[in-house]
Amino acid sequence: MEKNNHKAWLYLIPAMIFLGAFMVYPLIDVFIYSFEENYHSVSQTYTGIGLFNYKYVLSDPYFLQALKNTFILVVITVPVSTAMALIISVCLASIKKLRELFQTIYFLPYVTNTLAVGLVFMILFKKTPYSDGLINMIINFFGFSSVDFIGGPYWAKMLVLCTYTVWVVMPFKILILTSALAGVKQDYYNAAKIDGTSKIRTFFRITVPMISPMLFYLVITGFIGAFKAYSDAVALFGTDLNSAEMNTIVGYVYDMLYGNSGGYPSYASAAAIILFAIVLTITCINLIVSKKNVHY
Amino acid sequence: MKVVLQNLTKKFPNRNKKQNADVIAVDNFNFEIPDGKLVGLLGPSGCGKSTTLNLISGLLQPTDGKIFFGDEDVTMVPAEKRGIGLVFQNYALYPHLTVKQNILFPLQNLKGKEKLSKNEMEKRMAEAAALVQLDTLLDRKPSELSGGQQQRVAIARALVKKPKVLLLDEPLSNLDARLRLQTREEIKRIQQKTNVTTVFVTHDQEEAMSISDLIVVMKDGVIQQSGKPQDVYDDPQNLFVAKFLGNPPINVFDAEVKGEKLFIGENAVMDVKGLTDKKLVAAIRPEGFVPSEGGSLNCSLIRVEVMGRDISVVASHPLCQNVTFRAIIGSEKNYQINDGKISFDILPSKIHLFDKETEKRIRFEA
Repeated sequence: MEKNNHKAWLYLIPAMIFLGAFMVYPLIDVFIYSFEENYHSVSQTYTGIGLFNYKYVLSDPYFLQALKNTFILVVITVPVSTAMALIISVCLASIKKLRELFQTIYFLPYVTNTLAVGLVFMILFKKTPYSDGLINMIINFFGFSSVDFIGGPYWAKMLVLCTYTVWVVMPFKILILTSALAGVKQDYYNAAKIDGTSKIRTFFRITVPMISPMLFYLVITGFIGAFKAYSDAVALFGTDLNSAEMNTIVGYVYDMLYGNSGGYPSYASAAAIILFAIVLTITCINLIVSKKNVHY
Repeated sequence: MKVVLQNLTKKFPNRNKKQNADVIAVDNFNFEIPDGKLVGLLGPSGCGKSTTLNLISGLLQPTDGKIFFGDEDVTMVPAEKRGIGLVFQNYALYPHLTVKQNILFPLQNLKGKEKLSKNEMEKRMAEAAALVQLDTLLDRKPSELSGGQQQRVAIARALVKKPKVLLLDEPLSNLDARLRLQTREEIKRIQQKTNVTTVFVTHDQEEAMSISDLIVVMKDGVIQQSGKPQDVYDDPQNLFVAKFLGNPPINVFDAEVKGEKLFIGENAVMDVKGLTDKKLVAAIRPEGFVPSEGGSLNCSLIRVEVMGRDISVVASHPLCQNVTFRAIIGSEKNYQINDGKISFDILPSKIHLFDKETEKRIRFEA
């Protein structure tokens, strides 16, 4: 073993060079930028070192708005999409006819372009001079007045964003959960049936624990994905997310770098580091919680 | 509780759509399992024995026929209401639950009148665990147990509800040889102690013969023969049963009856009174060969395997249906090997004659 060690390192070098150059080095760089006041990327100058950038970002109303939006998005979409995906997968697993057709249909959004889905949601939700959108037509049908989902109140916009996110992330979850469910041996269900286990108890005491590693994986990646949400908001509300009150943390970072208010890599770095800290904390909490509830 | 199977038939639709005929897994199965007995369903792979077990359990619905538990017709009763315990081939223990939780699981399902208090459940669980000698392993997960221990957890889980009938599907096939011996004795002990009517499925004839009160030999969904293990062994009704039971297996020779004498080759082996002249099949148990100078069956000796308690003689004969055959003889007997030749006399009680076409038993007076 000892002898082969340097050989192993040799094989790892290509991957390590690329990871180092494009992942590790930028990460360290961002960390450094976030402490440099008034860093200018062209002249490579800065005026001091300290927590100035963090103070600025944390008192910026746009950042606080983005933080709030991101948290609402995470808290709503991760549980909702996972639960819905689980229900749909269980239903899919219990039918025989047309199962493949439905699997394909549920998987379609995954291979559809984010912006194309955004266009469809526009048709569903957006008010135009010609129509109030499909959803408003339904609302009107039940005798309520139209809501402006794209340019209207905050809750309406948030509802659209959450619906959109759930819609986009669900196919992958359904795919993973259907295969996880298929991996649970029929014998367990037969054993439960012979013992007279009710359907609900079978689901919570047998099915869910058996697929818990996959559920856990989906929750973790779901959290991380939702924290990194950006393109979904752009697809729905355009690039000027700050004025639409729909910005996310990643959107804020982008704006600080390249947007209309851009040119502040220090602020962008500080915001990115804050996001990193949040995601890291949440993931650690997830890992701790999972120790008790995930059965490998 | 006795279990009666009446004209039980199970057909499965043919997967190959070009063939319209259904696959008949169990064909007109009639059998009565007496109360408190251990019955072994025995047969080669695909003979319908597991299907029969699943029909008794209620996991499968019969195409035709009836199942009675005692006097009650349970054919249409769903599995969970039949009051059975089932041990699966791979045990199907819930991997995320401890031994204790696994055994408690069926009790926690009981509702209404049958509902048990926490203390009663604990008591029942402890009883079942003690019965299978698992008392010290209650807090382990199934993955932390050996195969034999997992097997016992599965039996405890099946017995904890006090089932009317205990069903075991290939209970020993996942165990290694030594554990298999131990566990089959264990199953017998538990069955005798609880006195629960038990059906178990196996393809291992030794396993079935050693612990069953009754065995049922199946082939292609049809009962070939049933009865006490020794009776079936000593008196097989057809060539299949004769070949299937016994280890080493029975030795099959082409033979001929001429003038009320049985010939294997040119020598008359024994008298067969009342049989007309014809060609037939003679099957001889390994213990039916007696080496003797000038014996009627002259064979080429291939090798002698000394097993301690007895000796296994591997020999060949031109009319034997296999290249070689095996005779088991007591080790105390001293015999001579002459130039690679050996001669045997045949014990009449250990030779069975079968029709060449139908493979049915042909009876004779020795």
